[in-house]
Amino acid sequence: MSAARDAAGRTWVGRAVDRPDGADKAAGRTLYIHDITRPGMLHGKVKFSADAHARIKRIDTSRAERLPGVRAVITAENTPQIRIGFLRDNVVLKGEKVRQFRDEIAAVAAVDAATAAAAVELIDVEYEPLPGVFSPDEALAEGAPLVHETAPDGTPLTTNAMSLTFGHESGDMEAGMRAAVHVAEGTYSTPLIQQSCMGTAGCIAEFDTAGNLRIVAKTQIPFLAQRDFTRILPALGLAGRTVRVIVPALGGGFGTGLDTHPYEYISILLAWRTGRPVKIVYDRAEEFACLSPRQSSVTRVTQGCDAAGRLTFRRIDVVQDNGAYAAWGATYPSVMLLPATSLYRVPAVSFKAQLVYTNNPYCQAMRGYGNPEVTWPIESTLDDLAQAAGVDPLEMRLRNCNEPGEVTPMDLRVTTCGLRECLEKTGESLGWSEKRGRGSAPPADGARAHLRRGVGLASLIHVGGGGKIYRSDGSGIILKADDFGSVNVSYGGVEMGQGLHAALSVAVADAVGVRPENVVVNQTDTATCPWDVGTHASRGAFMACNAALLAAEKLRARIFAAAEDVYAEEVARNVAKARRRDASCEPPPPDVVAGARAADFDLRDGRLFLRERPADELTSVEFGRLLRAIHFRDAGTVFAVDAFYEPPTELPDWERGMGNLSANYAYGTQGAEVEVDTETGEVRILRMAAAHDVGRVLHPTALKGQIYGALAQGIGYALYEEVRTERGRVVNAGFTDYKIPTACEMDFPIDLHFVETNDPSGPFGAKGVGEPGLVPTAPAIANAIHDAVGVRITDLPITPERVLAALRAKRGEA
Amino acid sequence: METREDAAVPLSFELNGETVAVRAAPAARLLDVLRGPCGRTGTKEGCGEGECGACSVLVDGRVVNACLYAALDVEGCRVTTIEGLHDGAGGPSALQRAFVTLGGTQCGFCTPGMIVAAEALLAANPDPAADDIRGALRGNLCRCTGYVQIVEAVRSAAAARRAGADAARAAAGAPS
Repeated sequence: MSAARDAAGRTWVGRAVDRPDGADKAAGRTLYIHDITRPGMLHGKVKFSADAHARIKRIDTSRAERLPGVRAVITAENTPQIRIGFLRDNVVLKGEKVRQFRDEIAAVAAVDAATAAAAVELIDVEYEPLPGVFSPDEALAEGAPLVHETAPDGTPLTTNAMSLTFGHESGDMEAGMRAAVHVAEGTYSTPLIQQSCMGTAGCIAEFDTAGNLRIVAKTQIPFLAQRDFTRILPALGLAGRTVRVIVPALGGGFGTGLDTHPYEYISILLAWRTGRPVKIVYDRAEEFACLSPRQSSVTRVTQGCDAAGRLTFRRIDVVQDNGAYAAWGATYPSVMLLPATSLYRVPAVSFKAQLVYTNNPYCQAMRGYGNPEVTWPIESTLDDLAQAAGVDPLEMRLRNCNEPGEVTPMDLRVTTCGLRECLEKTGESLGWSEKRGRGSAPPADGARAHLRRGVGLASLIHVGGGGKIYRSDGSGIILKADDFGSVNVSYGGVEMGQGLHAALSVAVADAVGVRPENVVVNQTDTATCPWDVGTHASRGAFMACNAALLAAEKLRARIFAAAEDVYAEEVARNVAKARRRDASCEPPPPDVVAGARAADFDLRDGRLFLRERPADELTSVEFGRLLRAIHFRDAGTVFAVDAFYEPPTELPDWERGMGNLSANYAYGTQGAEVEVDTETGEVRILRMAAAHDVGRVLHPTALKGQIYGALAQGIGYALYEEVRTERGRVVNAGFTDYKIPTACEMDFPIDLHFVETNDPSGPFGAKGVGEPGLVPTAPAIANAIHDAVGVRITDLPITPERVLAALRAKRGEA
Repeated sequence: METREDAAVPLSFELNGETVAVRAAPAARLLDVLRGPCGRTGTKEGCGEGECGACSVLVDGRVVNACLYAALDVEGCRVTTIEGLHDGAGGPSALQRAFVTLGGTQCGFCTPGMIVAAEALLAANPDPAADDIRGALRGNLCRCTGYVQIVEAVRSAAAARRAGADAARAAAGAPS
């Protein structure tokens, strides 16, 4: 590949360079947790509850202990109590009561996985069943059984309503409601879904002789995990010892790694008990039933507009079924606030979220983090509102479009905003003006008269410049230049397939001035990488590349200063070498060389040169040679520089729902053309368009993968994915009964548009893009279905049964 | 007590062009033999029930789910895993290159199985249409890519293989 620079002076950013982790992945050489072993390693297995809500009367582990090959059996009886979760409401090994089917009661470490599995089956548990609550309605009913009788500090509880409070009130709601000429409202639900990482969860824990913990963990938060694990060491008699978290290649993350999980602590306890490394890896059934899924939610939304279709108010009430314990996913409302308050311009907003404990599986984060749950009702009712007002839905959105520079009701300070262009591009791609509203016309072929086509669209706002939900939203980075001209990058965020390392390698290449193949991004390891809050909130590339820019500036300054001392000698070597080839070669002017100072140097594609003589080979020095010259001399030196980037954001006041939590905001619009079979209720997607304000394209292949992949997840969420439970038990714990899209479902054209708004906060202008691609997908499809057949579906997934039922109701056959 | 090791019987087959001799229990899955005694961890276990295709391998050229295939059934067979699919000189194959260059791999966990399944497709159909590719890969789940760039990669690799085959025929002086 040639190394021409674009107008903005970038050589590699924006180019489809092969991703650095690609070749090993395609060769099957990449090591995931499943592939890693340690000498003397034992295999752990967890005994899960067989009841959703029950007192534990007796746990008999004697038969398991006698099984040959078993090295340890642990329960609450023989281990210290460890409370986890940000509310400390989850005890790792349950001794008194279980609150969900997946509750961890005991665990085994054995010489191989089969023995561990057999041993777990030999553990007998006697339960005294308790009445359970399996929906927020049941949980909030008068006299409902309590999931938690006490708070972690022992305070008695009287309700299953969680104490977390998220809300927002802004503008003059009464005036907004009075000004509304048209009002649309509805109650919308979203299901439990499973993140469905292709590589399941797992870890290997071990202690060294001094009692320091080393854990290889499938996590997205290595440093918060380090903090969590360090906190339990005193209970093991290991106060003051250290924790090192090493992140293997991740077979997908999608939010599953945002918490530390009971199985990780169980692995640590087993390693502590046996003195051996202990590996726990979930199988697919465990991943479905025993790793936390995405919350289900029910949202009531009301929106009003004036005669011209301008929004006058919006009210949103969300109830979220949290399951039995609180993971970070319980804070979804923090992100719901973005679409609630700031998707389109609304002068008066009311938002309330109620989180409820139930005896369902406890839930955690998934990509989009509350945003799809609320964008779905907002964008669905917006189409109803447009219909009521007699305004075209695309025109309605353009009239209420967000604009650059606006300050939104939740005090988001919008820098750049490409929403208008996203809407327009999506409309163009779909052939909006020709197709919208023609849905009732059957295709010409009479045999297909039961098919109806329609188009629909929906938009999104999401954090694009980090998302401050913790006291620091920062990221550290270390750049180390080695003797061979390579730059080693130690970064605390996690590559989980999204292409963080692809973006980081081109950004470092441009920022430092080397080629991408000379950028070596190290696997995340808390022992060598500086602190990072975690790879979530679409913040990975935004944070990493901003940190890299800061560090690269320092690195270049130090190298250029040191180059002053060796530069003349290196140029003299160039001249001598050139003269051996061609005796008549003219040396560069001696004063230019001898007088070269730091400010005169530039570095690009691994070559140091004088800014004034960029094309001159004689006065340029290969980077590795320069570094060796600086290193191997009297008083020589090497280069490792660090930087910490903290975005200019604020931690919101969640109870008031106010605060500028991100340095920029990502926007986008997706559109769908669908064909609905009015006899079967089946929905076929004919085309999709996705226009996203990405700030700037850092790595086109990785970026496309992020949008295509998220869109496919959005389609699964819209049309068929649902973890089904019966009184708290997951009944479709596998890909046989839980369907995610296959290649055959993705058989339609997708028009991608990247709107480049060049955000001032972004590295090279880029915004975060990890999550937006699945946020508006479901309402875009639902709006297209409405355009096709005139029915409004309010529950996800939009199954053929639900479409048929809605069609029958419309025909008055209900 | 009888352990699984006691019940193991000898098993010999050709793995990626090399003859291997191991011991396997009668109920052992091909997947466990490949990942365990054979040390080929490129083949992944994604579900263990034949739904995801992460464990796809070739047995005498036919794609199978190694998680459902009895290890003893490969006695005397030719087994090809992702580690055996290179360009002949240890470098990446056309499919592997295309998956990297065109974004066919993200987290990479499904990639070995996906490439093995695509290899079988191209062996049978050197010029597949996009629908043929989607049909051939429908048993291979991917949660990262949305499959778009995977399908593009397989099409691109098919074209590269055809061009390579044409070039080889031309070099050999064979009629095209």
